[in-house]
Amino acid sequence: MSTVDIKVNGRALTVPAGTSILKAAKLAGCKIPTLCYHSDLEPWAACGICVVKVEGSPRMVRACATMVTAGQNYITDDPEIHQIRKTVIEMTLADHPQECLTCARNQTCELQRLAAEYGIREIPFDRRVKRLPKDESTPSIVLDPSKCIQCGRCAQVCQQLQDVWALEFIGRGEKTRLMPSAGVVLNESPCIKCGQCSAHCPVGAIYEKDETDLLMNAILDETKHVAVQMAPAVRVAFGEAFGMEPGEITTGKIYAALRRLGVDAVFDTNFSADLTIMEEGSEFVERFVNGKGELPQLTSCCPAWTDYMEKYYPDMIPNFSTAKSPQMMQGAVIKSYYAKNKGIDPKDIYSVSIMPCTAKKFERVRDENMKSSGYSDVDLVLTTRELSRMIKTFGVDFVNLPEEDADSPVGKYTGAGTIFGVTGGVMEAAVRSAYYLITKEELSNVNIEAVRGMDGVKVGEVDIKGTKVKVAVAHGMANVKAVLDEVREAKEKGLEPPYHFIEVMACRGGCIAGGGQPYGTEDDVREKRIAGLYKDDEQSEFRCSHHNPEITQIYKDYLGAPLSEKSHHLLHTHYTPRPVYQK
Amino acid sequence: MAKMTLEELRKLRNQKKDELDKRDTEGKDVHIIIGMGTCGIAAGAKDSLDAFLDEIEKNKIDNVTVKQTGCMGLCYVEPTVEVKVPEMPDTIYGNVDAETARNIVREHVLGKKLVSEHVFDRPSKDIVKE
Amino acid sequence: MAVKNFILVCGGTACESSKANDIFNALKSEVEAQGVDKDVQIVKTGCFGFCEKGPIVKVLPEEAFYVEVTPEDAKEIISESIVKGRMVKRLLYVDDTDKKKEDDFDIENIKFYQKQVRIVLRNCGFIDPEKIEEYIARDGYAALEKVLFDMSPDDVINELKVSGLRGRGGAGFPTWMKWNFTKGVESDQKFIVCNADEGDPGAYMDRSTLEGDPHSVLEAMTIAGYTVGANKGVIYIRAEYPLAIKRLEIAIEQAREYGLLGEDILGSGFSFDFEIRLGAGAFVCGEETALLRSIEGNRGMPTPKPPFPAVEGLWGKPTVINNVETWANVPMIILKGGKWFNSIGTEKSSGTKVFALTGKINNSGLVEVPMGTTLREIVFDIGGGIKDGKKFKAVQTGGPSGGVLTNDFLDTPIDFDQLTAIGSMMGSGGMIVMDEDDCIIDVAKFYQEFCVEESCGKCAPCRIGTRKLYDILDKISKGKGTHKDLENLETIGNAMKKAALCGLGQTAPNPILSTLKYFKDEYLEHVDDKVCRAGKCKDLVRFEIDPEKCIGCTVCSRKCPVGCISGERKQPHSIDQSQCVKCGACYAACKFGAIKKS
Repeated sequence: MSTVDIKVNGRALTVPAGTSILKAAKLAGCKIPTLCYHSDLEPWAACGICVVKVEGSPRMVRACATMVTAGQNYITDDPEIHQIRKTVIEMTLADHPQECLTCARNQTCELQRLAAEYGIREIPFDRRVKRLPKDESTPSIVLDPSKCIQCGRCAQVCQQLQDVWALEFIGRGEKTRLMPSAGVVLNESPCIKCGQCSAHCPVGAIYEKDETDLLMNAILDETKHVAVQMAPAVRVAFGEAFGMEPGEITTGKIYAALRRLGVDAVFDTNFSADLTIMEEGSEFVERFVNGKGELPQLTSCCPAWTDYMEKYYPDMIPNFSTAKSPQMMQGAVIKSYYAKNKGIDPKDIYSVSIMPCTAKKFERVRDENMKSSGYSDVDLVLTTRELSRMIKTFGVDFVNLPEEDADSPVGKYTGAGTIFGVTGGVMEAAVRSAYYLITKEELSNVNIEAVRGMDGVKVGEVDIKGTKVKVAVAHGMANVKAVLDEVREAKEKGLEPPYHFIEVMACRGGCIAGGGQPYGTEDDVREKRIAGLYKDDEQSEFRCSHHNPEITQIYKDYLGAPLSEKSHHLLHTHYTPRPVYQK
Repeated sequence: MAKMTLEELRKLRNQKKDELDKRDTEGKDVHIIIGMGTCGIAAGAKDSLDAFLDEIEKNKIDNVTVKQTGCMGLCYVEPTVEVKVPEMPDTIYGNVDAETARNIVREHVLGKKLVSEHVFDRPSKDIVKE
Repeated sequence: MAVKNFILVCGGTACESSKANDIFNALKSEVEAQGVDKDVQIVKTGCFGFCEKGPIVKVLPEEAFYVEVTPEDAKEIISESIVKGRMVKRLLYVDDTDKKKEDDFDIENIKFYQKQVRIVLRNCGFIDPEKIEEYIARDGYAALEKVLFDMSPDDVINELKVSGLRGRGGAGFPTWMKWNFTKGVESDQKFIVCNADEGDPGAYMDRSTLEGDPHSVLEAMTIAGYTVGANKGVIYIRAEYPLAIKRLEIAIEQAREYGLLGEDILGSGFSFDFEIRLGAGAFVCGEETALLRSIEGNRGMPTPKPPFPAVEGLWGKPTVINNVETWANVPMIILKGGKWFNSIGTEKSSGTKVFALTGKINNSGLVEVPMGTTLREIVFDIGGGIKDGKKFKAVQTGGPSGGVLTNDFLDTPIDFDQLTAIGSMMGSGGMIVMDEDDCIIDVAKFYQEFCVEESCGKCAPCRIGTRKLYDILDKISKGKGTHKDLENLETIGNAMKKAALCGLGQTAPNPILSTLKYFKDEYLEHVDDKVCRAGKCKDLVRFEIDPEKCIGCTVCSRKCPVGCISGERKQPHSIDQSQCVKCGACYAACKFGAIKKS
């Protein structure tokens, strides 16, 4: 790789060619403040905070978007630069509601932090705050345009990373808004509720719909048996809100914390991830070995992906696994199998799930199949961020909590279940069990490296006793297009499908970087959370779903066999084409 | 017209230059050139054009061509018209409404006299001719 | 018997006031007295645009150009010019530098009175823009011919370099460098783009050029294509210019038919063709990166530079982008040579500049003058001075990106660097003349409002800054401004200059910063004394009735739309200030000058 010699504040430095001034300064130990910049996105260069001087030029340039040029000396701070940045922050604040005390982003807001760093004590300019109605149309996220600073991150995420185009720049100049086009509300837009906009918004303009009150009310209600499940990805991110490192496995502490809140039973979505593998894996065997159904089979555990597919690729519906997502399977078995086992009337069970994802709030109510127990299988979805706030509120000393176990009989999980939270994990878990289901033999090495890692699209072949299974894994919604178009093209030409099994997760890195996860998710954080899940997998007693004793139990006691009639009723669903714009 | 070669282009240029110099195109030696930019049209150049054509027809004059051109930059006196009559100075008229257009045909083209109050100066020399 | 001579007497406002009428009458009686009234026609004309030397008389067909003529000169003009067929040497204008006026007179000198030099507008008013043959007859496509058969791409770049041509659209970047950057980049595809998204308030030179001479732009872009190795030209033009679009379409069609566009032009092996893209008229789309994004079908929002379009432009390919006026210069540079072009104008700004002269000026219109021409020459000679004999106050140049030029700069030669040095800019060439009735705060407010409307909204400094600046000006115009506000104008303005993403935002504070610099007293008057001397800021105007002069005719009270003027018939009336909306209807209606405005 070619390098260039530059100077940052007079100190010589050699950096790779094509490095931005921002990154070069970081390498030189100089922090340049930013507001609109996010490492996930192309520099948008909107906020004007990261301006720096190039020695010898009267102009200032944006450090985020300007690549270094050999021989130049970059001045990252001086009184004039400081004054310019301060004025821009003051102007931004002058038009901002400044309701920090009651804002969803109080203490996590990037604008607030910048104002603190620049020691803003008063706004010298006349204020001009626009009061605009909130968009609370989706079950997942809230848009509060009054707080929007037009940094553009949400639209960039929605368009570039997710290829959804629900959020757009509407209007010009001071009337610029980030919202759905065509005058529709978010729920009528192409929005897939992935919540990546809320995870990237630097301020309180887009945030998850807070439903913590509902859990408190349910706990207070003596007639309710509150049963909680927790998704795989939550355990490796939850500690971040309490000052722990990303990737630290806090499963037992979260179980304990939930019990401190007063819930009646604590389960793990990892159990139903194992269950999903049994169902979805068997379904794949049916398609692949017995030719019943179309190939490739597409995973269906990501509700944002499901929504996207129904809107943009309805022709792929026959390829979709009919298996519900782990969340909905868990809800269904809690209100049927568990209820029966414990002798509780399912109507008295309040089923709650803790998810890394805002789309799960939408999935809970997506259609009538989500009430397979006769009641809402899941009554409430809280994101990682919501639960961590609640636990703080309740004064639980999370870091020092003793580790506890989940309740039985739908709480035990294998390593295959836990890696559902990372891109490639569902595929890896499925391969581990499909090998067994097809061959009745165990894989010698359960680590399927080909599907791991952060590449947007990963393809590989799995050798099942001489039969090649071609698999593909895509994450970050914008990456799925290439794979699906390949499938579509083969289909139209009547050719063999290019893949047999495709895993899709809407969010970059998988659920560990879901729209409901703690703020500050960037690739370095993703890597750490991913490492945490693989560690959890390796430390597990069992690493294949079909080895989970509680799984064996539930089939023996209740479901019979994978794809049985009972399984179909409780654990499977179907899909319908939906218009991209619903108005 | 088919695609030209270099030679054909040069030939065409020379031929057209000669025509311009002789000012006689197909037996018509009087030229009325109307500024038909957006500004001229907005100021009423189309009405003036109609008036010219009508007055020429009424007076049964057959040696006149009426043409359009772009804006001469004299926005404050649009519509503007250039009139070329043999043995008379090439003249630019401003504020040429329909009535003035008729006057120009009667007094300048037929009467060989300038129409007072409407004569303007071409704003610069012609660098192409230099 | 046909008339032999025509005597043109300038009837421009300036000449008229200096006795042009008397001269006209004197000439009339002289032709009769000398018996040549049948041979001569005396005509009153429009302004010759040489007012400092007025009154002016011109005799045709000799083209004798007489300056500073008095009625007493009539006799001699008739006896010499008409009767004897000789020029009156002492009245003839010759270039000031030529001292040997009387004795060594050269006929050629008399043409120099014209201050305009038309390179860009050379064909406007000469050719029918819808006939390619007329363009060809005026050396059209001769430059392309020369380039294709006699010049290498490097020769073209060199000729441009020698010419010193700089981009006419904004900051004046050397054109040859742009071309050279693009030429130097290896790419499977390159583009040539014409920026015809003219958007400054009061500017229309690009429209006129395209309407009057569309081929000059096509020819220039084709030359650029040959030079940098591009085969595709895109003209981005605002949809509000339907006539220009139509003429461009016709021009492209005709050029294709003649084989001057398309495959293998004139058998040279070089191919080039065009596409026209319509813009919706957003001002920001005149910014080159926003323009390119708009062509690509995206929202017209600027992107950071670098990368510069010359290297990474349309669809990520190397792209030469120039505005209409810049393009229109190119064929003449090729034909007459870079040296010739460089001989016109000033050292660092060669050639000419087209201005759209508007506002309180007698001869509003398009003018093209050599760089280095002074404001005085443009306003008082070409422009014929200020309307209605009012006092000159300032000229706004560069539109919403520019600043004001005051009395002090009337004799400053206008070129890129001079304008920038005094806080304005060349911009695309709008030139709005203001007189004593214009309020400087009102003017700044007008431009700021424009910027508020036209800010694309992408970058915070511009989006918020333009509005903040406008709000402060609004406050000041209502008499509510403070010294802190004046300070804030500068603070915000400076932040925008440095931190806004594109030229629009970086220059948007210029009208304010420039007026603040040169008309600080007027700002202070508004802030401290709550007075608007021009009477433009309604909230600061007060109408009062002078009881001494009021005869109680009741006209004003009947005209008042809010009924706030009362009084008995034949008794002095009075205005209820608490109700007055400052519409000025009473002021206009009073025939006795009894209503005072202050």
